[in-house]
Amino acid sequence: MTTKEYESYYVPAQSHWPIVGAVALFMIAFGAANYVTDFKNEVNGYGGYLLLGGIALVIYMLFGWFSNVINESMSGKYSHQMDNSFRQGMSWFIFSEVMFFAAFFGALLYVRSFSVPWLGGAGNNFETGAVLWPDFTASWPLLKTPGGTETTAMGWFGLPLINTVLLLTSSITAHFAHVALEQNKRPQLKAWLGLTIILGLAFLFFQVLEYSHGYSDEMQLYLTSGIYGNTFYMLTGFHGMHVTLGCIMLIVMFFRILKGHFTSDNHFAFQAASWYWHFVDVVWVILFVFVYIL
Amino acid sequence: MTTETINESLDDAHNDDHHDHKMTGIKRWLYTTNHKDIGTLYLWFSFIMLLTGGALAMVIRAELFQPGLQIVEPDFFNQLTTVHGLIMVFGAIMPAFTGFANWMLPMMIGAPDMALPRMNNWSFWILPFAFAILLGSFFMESGAPNFGWTFYAPLSTTYSNGSTAFFVFAVHIMGISSIMGAINIVVTIMNLRAPGMTYMKMPLFVWTFFITAYLLIAVMPVLAGVVTMLLTDTYFGTSFFDAAGGGDPVMFQHIFWFFGHPEVYIMILPAFGIVSTIIPAFSRKKLFGYSSMVYATSSIALLSFIVWAHHMFTTGMPLFGELFFMYCTMLIAVPTGVKVFNWVATMWRGSLTFETPMLFSIAFVILFTIGGFSGLMLALTPVDFQYHDTYFVVAHFHYVLVTGSLFSIYAGAYFWLPKWTGHMYNESLAKWHFWCSLISVNLLFFPMHFLGLAGMPRRIPDYALQFADFNKWVSIGGFAFGLSQLIFLAVVIKCIKGGKKAPAKPWDGAEGLEWTVASPAPYHTFSTPPKID
Repeated sequence: MTTKEYESYYVPAQSHWPIVGAVALFMIAFGAANYVTDFKNEVNGYGGYLLLGGIALVIYMLFGWFSNVINESMSGKYSHQMDNSFRQGMSWFIFSEVMFFAAFFGALLYVRSFSVPWLGGAGNNFETGAVLWPDFTASWPLLKTPGGTETTAMGWFGLPLINTVLLLTSSITAHFAHVALEQNKRPQLKAWLGLTIILGLAFLFFQVLEYSHGYSDEMQLYLTSGIYGNTFYMLTGFHGMHVTLGCIMLIVMFFRILKGHFTSDNHFAFQAASWYWHFVDVVWVILFVFVYIL
Repeated sequence: MTTETINESLDDAHNDDHHDHKMTGIKRWLYTTNHKDIGTLYLWFSFIMLLTGGALAMVIRAELFQPGLQIVEPDFFNQLTTVHGLIMVFGAIMPAFTGFANWMLPMMIGAPDMALPRMNNWSFWILPFAFAILLGSFFMESGAPNFGWTFYAPLSTTYSNGSTAFFVFAVHIMGISSIMGAINIVVTIMNLRAPGMTYMKMPLFVWTFFITAYLLIAVMPVLAGVVTMLLTDTYFGTSFFDAAGGGDPVMFQHIFWFFGHPEVYIMILPAFGIVSTIIPAFSRKKLFGYSSMVYATSSIALLSFIVWAHHMFTTGMPLFGELFFMYCTMLIAVPTGVKVFNWVATMWRGSLTFETPMLFSIAFVILFTIGGFSGLMLALTPVDFQYHDTYFVVAHFHYVLVTGSLFSIYAGAYFWLPKWTGHMYNESLAKWHFWCSLISVNLLFFPMHFLGLAGMPRRIPDYALQFADFNKWVSIGGFAFGLSQLIFLAVVIKCIKGGKKAPAKPWDGAEGLEWTVASPAPYHTFSTPPKID
């Protein structure tokens, strides 16, 4: 090529990582399906081992795949356009995660505004209440289900409030870390990022503590405690899984920074991890409002 | 811009670490990052799935050839209808369109490849595994899923035959594949267009895939959410879809159709794109009303999010809900009408020729419109009360999915086969494929309208005597349609093996960057972006 009018776009050579990842996903899916089926039928099977093997293989795949990408990036093969592709890809991935949570929030709002009141006879459902569930009165949190399961509600004061403060603060510290990286202040970057990780881990610790309160004989708030327990544990549980993933991402970023990776204008991976962190933070705020307070 | 100038710069700027661009044997296909290879994989996979799902449909039609139980048990019949639907939706139609996207999008926008080529490979190769799990469940103790492709709770929870977990995890993988594929399409279009190709200069084909990919990113996670609730309801004691715990089985239908209705457009918008490419080419005119097509496609996509409950008119929604969803659904007829008008206006006073891609496209316009009209009938709440869960519904969605989506896929395949293989396909054999398909598909699906209006319910292995005559003809149409598809296989294999050499632009009315490169398209195209004026 004689004149280089445009940056060339890097098209990677063949890679064996995707097919390793495909096998790993198959092991996870098939293993998990076998595991829960055997769990329900109360038999012992090999599903659990397959599942664990699949997870191990995914982790191996991620290490290999990302180290390829990092090496390519460090050797300067990526153009500006490539960086844009990564950024856009990450933002649409986060959007898909938002829609995943939307399904569960949708379920929460639906049961709160429709199915629980209707079971209690609201609207034109007077007979539903009178004939099917005469002893049931609708309320939220649903502490006694139509079927008669009783539970207690998790208040917003105490641990959930502390967790809200922790996570909101961590979002701010993550932003400060990003600013420090852009201004090339490495010590501040390490300090702010380290603080973010500690806040994230503290959040997870308190979340586990809160679950242990819920599962105590005193509260008897279980995953199986009717729709209140279902939505509570599924929403906070999926959020907690995302916080865990976000923490792992941040920890990886921390070690990469210790190794001297990233520059003030080339740090997509850091940016992606920090976007992800802000995303779990926003989900928590919505969750705090609709699951705990209202 | 001439062909030579582009071919000169084809491989210079390519960044591969190795110089022989293709590995040989199985490794080429397993490890590939090339959008053309991956497109080919998608297309072959979807055709294999089409034949598999078709084979299941043959058994269904054999059972329904006459009243009474002849061949299969009712439970196995339910497994057949369920897996037939799942395979055709997730295994045949959607991967076929992703195959088109992979092959054509980079060439149409002047990009060197898809934006994220390794992820592209991953999104394809997880699909065969997902369908291995789904089809494998036929051979398990529980049997395959038997709760319908819509897997309504409580059929899939309380009354499941034990296949729910396999079904759920298979769907999870299909969803991951679709989301990754869609992200790749969006990023490719947003980021890799050749300089000068503004959004409103993109071919309409690109526009429809762009919008479809957005729909996928928005609704596939909702599907993942609803199958997860299904899983916990079945195996972990939650009660999302169980009234005794405060949940509601109807909520399942709401969440499912919030995914399901955009999903319907995910399977038809790319078809619009293909047909909008082919009709102008064989009319030797520009597409009539390009920008109105873009706006119509976007409106259909937006409306698709607020019409989902028209699938649920008989569940006892509040009256306001019934009216809202009825009127919103009827509103969709407006942008769809714009499209049909534009296709007809494109052909008006065009210099028409009727090669096979054009024949399939014209059949698409007419037969898809029939499917659209029956959809409009189903959209009317009081009328739907009569038609709900009858063969009328089956007729409706097979007209839009088979004579709509599938016909557009055939049209596109014939249109671009010369570009893919470098050979012209056998036109007379292809015309046999078209006419056999056209006659048999109408014999197959048209009488279903009458069966439905007369009250024959869907998803049953046996039926009342008065439906016998129509069902016999439907089954004969079904077998004929199934066999006709083997002609397509023959055409494709012949075309790959040889035939008349195809020039870079075999259709004189065709437009677009893909026709500026040689046929077959070189392994790497547009390593340097072309300039668009």
